[in-house]
Amino acid sequence: MIPLSHYLFLGAVLFCISVAGVFINRKNLIVLLMSIELMLLAVNMNFIAFSTYYGDVAGQLFVFFILTVAAAESAIGLAIIVALFRNRSTINVGEIDSMKG
Amino acid sequence: MITKPLLLTIALAPLLGAIIAGLFGRKIGRAGAHWVTILGVATSCVLSFWVLKLLVLDGAASFNEDVYTWFEVGRVSAHVGFLVDRLTAVMMVVVTFVSLMVHVYTIGYMAEDPGYQRFFSYIALFTFSMLMLVMSNNFLQLFFGWEAVGLVSYLLIGFWFKRPSAIFANMKAFLVNRVGDFGFLLGICGVLYWLGTLDYATAFANSSELTSHTIELWGGHAWNAATFVCIALFIGAMGKSAQVPLHVWLPDSMEGPTPISALIHAATMVTAGIFMVARMSPLFELSETALTFVLVIGATTALFTGLIGIVQNDIKRVVAYSTLSQLGYMTVALGVSAYSAAIFHLMTHAFFKALLFLGAGSVIIAMHHEQDMRYMGGLRKRMPITYWTGLIGTLALVGTPFFSGFYSKDAIIEAVGESHRAGSGYAYFCVLAGVFVTALYSFRLLYLTFHGKERYVVEGHHHDDAHADDHHDDAHHAHEPGHLEHAPHESPLVVTVPLVLLAIPSALIGFFTVGPMLFGKFFEGAIFVSERNDVLGEMAHEFHGPVAFALHGFTALPFWLALGGFATATVFWLLKPSLADVAARVFAPIRKVLERKYGFDELYQALFARGSVLLGRGLWRAGDVAVIDNGVVNGSATLVDRLSGIVRRVQTGFLYHYAFLMIVGLIALLGVFVLTR
Repeated sequence: MIPLSHYLFLGAVLFCISVAGVFINRKNLIVLLMSIELMLLAVNMNFIAFSTYYGDVAGQLFVFFILTVAAAESAIGLAIIVALFRNRSTINVGEIDSMKG
Repeated sequence: MITKPLLLTIALAPLLGAIIAGLFGRKIGRAGAHWVTILGVATSCVLSFWVLKLLVLDGAASFNEDVYTWFEVGRVSAHVGFLVDRLTAVMMVVVTFVSLMVHVYTIGYMAEDPGYQRFFSYIALFTFSMLMLVMSNNFLQLFFGWEAVGLVSYLLIGFWFKRPSAIFANMKAFLVNRVGDFGFLLGICGVLYWLGTLDYATAFANSSELTSHTIELWGGHAWNAATFVCIALFIGAMGKSAQVPLHVWLPDSMEGPTPISALIHAATMVTAGIFMVARMSPLFELSETALTFVLVIGATTALFTGLIGIVQNDIKRVVAYSTLSQLGYMTVALGVSAYSAAIFHLMTHAFFKALLFLGAGSVIIAMHHEQDMRYMGGLRKRMPITYWTGLIGTLALVGTPFFSGFYSKDAIIEAVGESHRAGSGYAYFCVLAGVFVTALYSFRLLYLTFHGKERYVVEGHHHDDAHADDHHDDAHHAHEPGHLEHAPHESPLVVTVPLVLLAIPSALIGFFTVGPMLFGKFFEGAIFVSERNDVLGEMAHEFHGPVAFALHGFTALPFWLALGGFATATVFWLLKPSLADVAARVFAPIRKVLERKYGFDELYQALFARGSVLLGRGLWRAGDVAVIDNGVVNGSATLVDRLSGIVRRVQTGFLYHYAFLMIVGLIALLGVFVLTR
C-alpha cells in the first residue's frame, strides 16, 4: 500500500515543476500553456489522493469537471495564441510586453 | 419746510444727467450731453439756494432723516440719509454753484476734445458724489461720498489717458489718497467701536464717552480714544485736502483738464477734509492734542507750500500751490477751533480760486494749451475780461480789504493770534509769513501772464523763409514752446460768463456774510465749539460790522505784509525783471530746495514707490515663483513623476512577471490564512 504522503509529494513536485515552467520559460507561449495544464494536473492528483483516502467520491467528481474545463481552456488558449501569432508573427514571451507601463 | 423729495431731487438730478451723458452720450451727441448735465446741475443749484433760503431766511428746522436702510447687522445699521443744516446748505450751494459755472465753462474749454460726453458725465457724477458727501447724516455715507469723489478725481486727472504723465499723476493721487483713507477708515471704525453707532446725531450726542476710553499703540503709551479717533479722521482729511506730508498729489493733479482743476482740485473736493473736520467738531473739541496736531500740520502747509508757488513756471501749478497754501489756512482755522472761519474761508476760497483757475484756463485756451508763464506776457490788452476777473480773484486771494478773501483770511489770522493752544505761536508766524508769500506769487502770476512784454511768437499760417529754415530740422515737432499759430484773443462767452459770475461773489460775498457767518449764530447747532476754545466768540466783541473790520484791516500787520509782497512782486517781475534773476542767483540754494519741492517727491519715489516695487518683486520671486510655482504646483507634479517612475518598473508587460506576482500574492494570502487560523 502506497501511503498518502507519496501522492501529495508527487502533486507538490508536479506543481513546482509547472511553476518553474511558468517563470523560467522565456521562449514560448505554448510551454506556458502546458505548464498551466500541468498545474491543474497536480491539483487533480491531490483531489484523487484525498478522495481515496477519505472514501469520498466528490473529489473524483471534481477531477472530471477540472479535466473538462482544462480541455476547454487549452482550446481557447491555443486559439488566442493562433490569433496572436497572426497579428504579431511571434509567440515569443520575451517580445510580448505591450502591457508595459 | 425741507422735504425728502426736495433733497432727493438735489442729490439725484446730477446723477441722472451723468448716467444719460455717460451711457447714451453717443446717441444724444455733444450738445445733448452738455444740456442734460447742465440741466441736472442747474436743478440742484436752484434747489440748493432754495434750501439755504428756507434755513436762513425762513428759519426752517434742519432736516435729519434716513431715506433708505441699506442693511442691519445686530445693533449696527447702515442707512442712506440726509442731514441738512446750515453748514450743509452752505456747502451744497458752493458745490452746485461752482459746478454749474464749471459745466458752462467746459463747453468752451473742451470744445474740440473727443471725450466731450465722457467729461460731462464725469463732472456731473462728481457733483452727485460731493452732494452725497456733504448731505450725509452718517459716517458710512460720508465714506461713500469720500471715496466716490476720489474715484471721479482719479478718472478726471487721467482724463487724457494717452499722456503718460496724466496716468502717473492719477495713480499718484489715488495711492496718496489711499494712505489718507486708511486713517479715515480707522477713525470711522473707532467711532463705531467706542460709540456703537455710525449716525452723526447719536455719535455726537454721546461723544463725551470717547474720553473715558484709552487705546495703547506702539511703545505702550496709552492714547485717549478721542485723540486717536480725531487724529485718524484728520489723516483722512490730510489726504483729501492735501496737507503736508500727503500734499504731493495735488500739484500733479494739474495734468487733468483745467475745469476740473477748478472744480475738484480747488473749490470743492479738496475742501471735503475741511468740511469733514468742521462737521466732526463735537469730536475734535474733545481732544486738545488732536487740534494741536491739526494746527501744526495746517500751519506748515500754509507757509511752505506757498513758498514753492514762487518758483513754479506752469501757470496752473502756481495756482495749485496757492490752493495748497489756502487749504493750510483753513486747516489752521480748524486747529484753533475757529471752525466757522474755516468754512467761511472755504466758501470764499471756492469762489475766487475757481475764478483764478478758470481764468488760467482761459489764458491756456488763448495760448493754445501753452501753460508756461515764461512764454506769456502782455495778455492784458488782448483778453480784458480774463484780466479783470483774474485781477479780482488775485485781490481776493491776497486779502485786499473789502474783498471776500480779506474777511476770511484776516479772521483766521486773528483767531490764531487770539488762540492759546500749543503750537499757535508757530502757526501765527506761518500764517503771517504766508500772507507775504501769497501776495508775492499771486502778483508774480498776474505780471508774468498779463503784463510786461509779449514773450511768445505769433507765426501765422505762412512761415516766412527764415522761420521755414529754422523749422526744417524739426518739422515733426509741431509745438515749440512760445510759438503760436494765431495771436491770442479773448475766449468765447461760455468761458467769460462763468468768470464774471464767479468774480461777483469773489469780490462781494465776504462783505455780506462775514457778520452772521463768523460772529453770529449762523452755524449754531451745526458746529460745536466748547466754551474755553471759542476764539471767534472773543473776537465777536470787537466786531463792529464789515466796514469797520475792513478799515481796521488797513492798519493791521497782514495788510502791510500783503502790500510788501505786492511791492516785491512789482519790482521783481514788472519794473526790473533783471532783479529777479539776481535774486534767483543770490538765493540759489533756497531756490533749488523749492524747485525740488523739499524733496518730498523724491523721498516718496525712492522710499515708497521703489520700496513697494522691490517688495513686490521680492514676493514675486520668493513667494510666487519659488514657493507656489516651483514648490507647490510644479513640485507636486515632479514628485508624482518621480514616484511613478519607480512604480512603473513593476509593470514590465511580461506575462511571467505578472504570474509570478500572482503566485507570490497567493502564497502570501495562504500563509496569512494558515498562520492566523
